[in-house]
Amino acid sequence: MKARTLYDKIWDAHLVKQRDNGTALLYIDRHLIHEVTSPQAFEGLRLAGRRLWRKDANFATPDHNIPTTSAERRQGLAGIKDPVSKLQVHTLDENCKKFNIFELKMNDERQGIVHVVGPEQGATLPGMTIVCGDSHTSTHGALGALAHGIGTSEVEHVLATQCLIQKKAKNMLVRVNGRLMPGVTAKDMVLAIIGKIGTAGGTGYTIEFGGEAIAALSIEGRMTICNMAIEAGARAGLVAVDDTTLNYIKGRPFAPKGELWDQAVVAWKTLVTDDAAKFDQLVELQAEEIEPQVTWGTSPEMVASITGSIPDPALELDAIKRGNIQQALKYMGLEGGTAIQDIKLDCIFIGSCTNSRIEDLREAARIVDGKRVADSIEMALVVPGSGLVKKQAEAEGLDVIFKNAGLEWREPGCSMCLAMNADQLGAGKHCASTSNRNFEGRQGSGARTHLVSPAMAAAAAIHGHFVDVRHLA
Amino acid sequence: MRKFIKEKGVVMPLDRANVDTDFIIPKQFLKSIKRSGFGVNLFDEQRYLDKGEPDSDNSQRPLNPDFVLNQPRYQNAAILLTRDNFGCGSSREHAPWALDDYGFRAILAPSFADIFFNNCFKNGLLPIVLDRALIAGLFEEVTANAGYQLEIDLQEQSIVKPDGTSINFEVDEFCRHSLMNGLDDIGLTLEDAAAIQAFETQWRGQAPWYFTTPENS
Ligand code: SF4
Repeated sequence: MKARTLYDKIWDAHLVKQRDNGTALLYIDRHLIHEVTSPQAFEGLRLAGRRLWRKDANFATPDHNIPTTSAERRQGLAGIKDPVSKLQVHTLDENCKKFNIFELKMNDERQGIVHVVGPEQGATLPGMTIVCGDSHTSTHGALGALAHGIGTSEVEHVLATQCLIQKKAKNMLVRVNGRLMPGVTAKDMVLAIIGKIGTAGGTGYTIEFGGEAIAALSIEGRMTICNMAIEAGARAGLVAVDDTTLNYIKGRPFAPKGELWDQAVVAWKTLVTDDAAKFDQLVELQAEEIEPQVTWGTSPEMVASITGSIPDPALELDAIKRGNIQQALKYMGLEGGTAIQDIKLDCIFIGSCTNSRIEDLREAARIVDGKRVADSIEMALVVPGSGLVKKQAEAEGLDVIFKNAGLEWREPGCSMCLAMNADQLGAGKHCASTSNRNFEGRQGSGARTHLVSPAMAAAAAIHGHFVDVRHLA
Repeated sequence: MRKFIKEKGVVMPLDRANVDTDFIIPKQFLKSIKRSGFGVNLFDEQRYLDKGEPDSDNSQRPLNPDFVLNQPRYQNAAILLTRDNFGCGSSREHAPWALDDYGFRAILAPSFADIFFNNCFKNGLLPIVLDRALIAGLFEEVTANAGYQLEIDLQEQSIVKPDGTSINFEVDEFCRHSLMNGLDDIGLTLEDAAAIQAFETQWRGQAPWYFTTPENS
């Protein structure tokens, strides 16, 4: 048999039909649902009088709109002050009830950001095809699943047919050799990758992340990497299955048990790229060379090392690129040539589906332990990715460390990653954020986002500006 | 879905790369559970001087005179001309809904983000990828000539310029067929219901662990 990549294998296994027109019908094993991109899909299904194809493939939880303060959360739906947001969350509840879909409701202890909760519940399994009306569905590729973000029309299509119409993407391998240096994390690695290939570098590809440095990462770290594959333009990111993957999944609620588990493991162990398989594109990085990363502009590719500085647009020869840099700096209120360490901050956000898992919170807590947030910081939020992450963190005393240092400890949700709920950043404010997008207005109208790792955000909280976390005790 | 066969209209240049879906339609408008009415909030942050909310009376809001969409010469534009990686970011279909609702029918750019590109076809919008140099040339012509229009013929896969010359473009055959006939993907896929059913049965046998739930695992 022809040597195949991991992507080829999952694709082949799910191919229902290859059509003459070049498209394929791909069977979908898991459909994750949240409140923002699903109401119109359910409505479409109802209007067309169509039935739900397979109820038990669906898994829902609200995350984008829900409040993150305990006082609001205790009131349940009534705690959502914005009536439009409330209706959206309510609509999800109603749709799940009507179609009999599994939902972790707003006040369920297991609720959280869908991309944190899916893997946590074992609803994400190796070799699955997974879709969700959310671009960061790529996160689930960390477990060796082929996971795509889709639009609302496709959400409806999956509800009605359990399939997606797809064209096969090309194969790219991003290989990170060597080992990360202490203080450098998966977030820095993925920002460095995006800085290298650009935000459109992965367009048209499924990226497999491999190499020694990726293999050494925990599942949490791999999720951070795959989460941002979309920021590199790729709809899906993948990491091969290994013991780390299997150990992570074992015993989770949706995972198979007993004999079925043993059978699954045999199948899952084949979920690696064959040695002789060819990639259409290869990108290589050396882990030791990666330093902590900070974005200075309005696109994730506008990134520099903590020891570096903001590029001077005057030195950029390409007119379009120069214009982009100028536009970004104008929005960010920054000057070309400024050292990254001199960027002052007003806010800190530790959370989002990129970095809100237990490991991320441990990293951040380690840095702020016994210290105080700088006086110049107006707001510092820590928002766990799920109720279970929150519970675990509290069992380890991380909440106390954060609170003692002057950071706010919140309830799980998307929060200020996209600021659809009440957690918003003010105009002109600079935020060190562990999220994934620094677009104009992302964290609030006029707000200025700098993407960093949890450790870097925590260090910035203490100092009021960016510092090199490698030099902190 | 509305059919796309031939469309002629004013071209509006949006001279930015990496226009993301937050830029096309800011997140506060995603709270709606409807599919229509997003056109007035297209490019909201640039288009108005104040911050828009889902319940704002948009007719009362101050317009940003510097934003291209508000310039008189580009009123009723139907074709959007822009730069690389248009539509990056979130998968929100509200972005094509807003463009369509405003009245855009086609978008010309050197490259598009994947999910957005796909979402366009599901909503009767035609995204066209053209060579970077061709796009640069169009930018010059559009800015130099007020009222500049293009005619896009999907049957012929050509864009006819005011001087009668034309540019050919590539489009996926399946997408072209669906757009020209206003076809609904779901209906089409359900014609293969038997094949899906057969696959599912076989798959359930081969990989039963993907069919477990907390109750039956
Ligand atoms: S945390 Fe942010 S990126 Fe992740 S799903 Fe929520 S809004 Fe999207």
